[in-house]
Amino acid sequence: MKSWKQTVVTAVLAIAGVAAAMPAAAQQAGTQFIGITSYRVGPYGANGAAFFGGFIDYLSLVNERDGGVNGVKLSWEECETEYNNAKGVECYERLKTKSATGPTAIHPMSTGITYALIDKAPADKIPLITLGYGRTDATDGRVFPWVFPVQSNYWDAATGIIKFIGDKEGGDLKGKKIVLLYHDSAYGKEPHSVLEAEAKKLGFELRMIPVPHPGNEQQSQWLQIRQYQPNWVILWGWGVMNATALQTAQKVGFPREKMVGNWWAGSEIDTEVAGAAANGYYAASLNLAGKGYPVVKDIEDIVYKKGKGNGNPKQIGTVLWNRGVGAAMLTVEAVRKAQEKYGKKVLTGEQIRWGMENLDINAGRLKALGFNTMLPPIKLSCTDHGGSGLVRFQQWTGSEWKAVSDWISGDKQMVRTMIEESAAKYAAEKGIKPGCLGG
Amino acid sequence: MLYRESGQFKTTYAADQQLFPIRQDRYAVLLLLAVAFVGIPLFASSYWLTALLIPFLVFALATLGLNILTGYAGQLSLGTAAFMAVGAVAAYNFQLRIPGMPILVSFILGGLTSALIGIAFGLPSLRIKGFYLAVATLAAQFFIPWLLVKVSWFSNNSASGVITAQPIEILGFAFDTPARKYLLVLTIVAVMALAAKNMVRSSIGRAWMAVRDMDVAAEVIGIRIMHTKLIAFAVSSFYCGVAGALYAFAYLGSVEPDGFNLDLSFRILFMVIIGGVGSILGSFLGAAFITLLPIFLDVLLTEGAAALNLNLPSGMTSMAQLVVFGALIIFFLIVEPHGLARLWQILKEKLRLWPFPH
Repeated sequence: MKSWKQTVVTAVLAIAGVAAAMPAAAQQAGTQFIGITSYRVGPYGANGAAFFGGFIDYLSLVNERDGGVNGVKLSWEECETEYNNAKGVECYERLKTKSATGPTAIHPMSTGITYALIDKAPADKIPLITLGYGRTDATDGRVFPWVFPVQSNYWDAATGIIKFIGDKEGGDLKGKKIVLLYHDSAYGKEPHSVLEAEAKKLGFELRMIPVPHPGNEQQSQWLQIRQYQPNWVILWGWGVMNATALQTAQKVGFPREKMVGNWWAGSEIDTEVAGAAANGYYAASLNLAGKGYPVVKDIEDIVYKKGKGNGNPKQIGTVLWNRGVGAAMLTVEAVRKAQEKYGKKVLTGEQIRWGMENLDINAGRLKALGFNTMLPPIKLSCTDHGGSGLVRFQQWTGSEWKAVSDWISGDKQMVRTMIEESAAKYAAEKGIKPGCLGG
Repeated sequence: MLYRESGQFKTTYAADQQLFPIRQDRYAVLLLLAVAFVGIPLFASSYWLTALLIPFLVFALATLGLNILTGYAGQLSLGTAAFMAVGAVAAYNFQLRIPGMPILVSFILGGLTSALIGIAFGLPSLRIKGFYLAVATLAAQFFIPWLLVKVSWFSNNSASGVITAQPIEILGFAFDTPARKYLLVLTIVAVMALAAKNMVRSSIGRAWMAVRDMDVAAEVIGIRIMHTKLIAFAVSSFYCGVAGALYAFAYLGSVEPDGFNLDLSFRILFMVIIGGVGSILGSFLGAAFITLLPIFLDVLLTEGAAALNLNLPSGMTSMAQLVVFGALIIFFLIVEPHGLARLWQILKEKLRLWPFPH
């Protein structure tokens, strides 16, 4: 008994010793190292696996097809966060030390982790790219020089959805009733202020109904909705809550053609689980689904044919996988832009930040990159770290997401005013002097 | 041999009652503190400080708080994370709303606020015990984060209920680097651990243990049950509240109330159980086991797979890490149900006789 225990204690100590003594693995010299805080296990693992599968597939494509960015090869490493804030911070700290030039740019892919990193990023000089999540007022780059909530933020989504509903209602929302069914968390509360402002401005009635985490029981919420008889329901959910909402809507007989989700409530993972209950449901999207883009074909032909694919081949072309590809493209283009100024070599976080801030991907460039219409053009500046704020609506046909609108912009001006107010408040609270960083 | 106390004579009551009666223990603790205060800040990298040591110390403090309540006073609680949330949000608000507030006072006030809330949620303990009390404290766990999200005043009207901790500055000295933050956290944790060690051997600590072991008997010998239990809740919540404030200010920087969920409460309860129920040392061992071991396993498995050139599918190492970690928890609980602190005690007894056992 005694010796057995001793063996175990020794073994544990040895493991701990090895782990502790392990030096930060030196990355292949001369490559642009990209740190990836991903999640593939835990409650949102399926969503993370699709997104990061696409992300890594695009990086592989750049290496395999182009030989890197202007000859500088990419290397990367993943660290599992399980969508947990504390683990996310640990991963960030770990990836930061893996290369002399830092992890290029971090996509936290979680609003909670983004919040935890916002204070750390400026000190470490690491850009954070939060595509369609995170802190909305970080769009004001003068207060948040290191954070890039690119493409569209939650307030753009909310006003975009209202615009879409308005168009469907023939341009007039006066007296109409709209319900926001939201995930009762920081994420679900994000659109409240902007929707209230919209309700006042456009004269519709707004009722907000929370669904407690995780949201797999919504009978009482849908009874309320049935009593209230709204014209539209906006679904602001995540994970299992989305499929449950669609199924419960079917049960109480609320038409799915009158439901609009945001982009975290609009992936195949949500609708395929809901089955026929999802038919006709709309969702705002940051990117289109499908395989009909040259970049997707290249990934299939070059990366997957060589057996170097990262994601599950079945996920190719899904909403979240395509979003991962788009997110990786932004990082790569930021590197390319920064190389124009600083030379074709391995770059630091500060240089990448400049590249990101001066990013300008127009329609021609998107076509050249093989994205065509999957994404809207994006142009950033010091005052605007967000970009177009455009969203596009897709409808679930029962087997795939089909685009049913053009790229739509919500009330950009109102959103911008609210962003500046909120950012100024943050700056005052933290004692930040707003300003542009420059090169 | 190494650990023999022969020759250490106690000639005064003070010597007999000191905190660490054995000389070797005393030296070991002093050495440990010296390493922690001087050696680690000099040599540890920022990854070690921010990702491993600061969270370890913060969780050790929270575990200590729960251990006082559960381990010493015998009151099972599942509301630890909620009390941490109260401490974090209260410290944030004191710092925000009272100009020129010293940050340490904010931490203490955060702890005191948490203590008050703890007393309120401790009231049911006067009537109910065991699992039923755990369910009552569960109410705190659901109510407090909900309230913090619901009333946006607590987060200074932030759209999402997230609070962003102010920079730490004491007497004009900014605690902004990982090493400085680590030293601040270490100082607070060391002082509070010392206080706890003293408290549990004072009259109040003995009263806690009497209530834990048999409350009727304790009442018969003249211990005021209500008083004792509520003090246990207050002290425990105070520790948890300060831990929560440190969690927000020194570790994460910004926290959302949802981060202080039931999951976190359970983690801290597991730290108590694995470290050793009713042991100060156990709180530190348990916190180390639960916070650090998964990270070591993760690094070991990832680097190991890379070194052996295994091309594992992504996510595989994380799954493997969870499996190994779970197996280790079960293993340790089977080998020593009384926790790691008890293992250390056994080791100490063995060392006393080594190398000449009977």
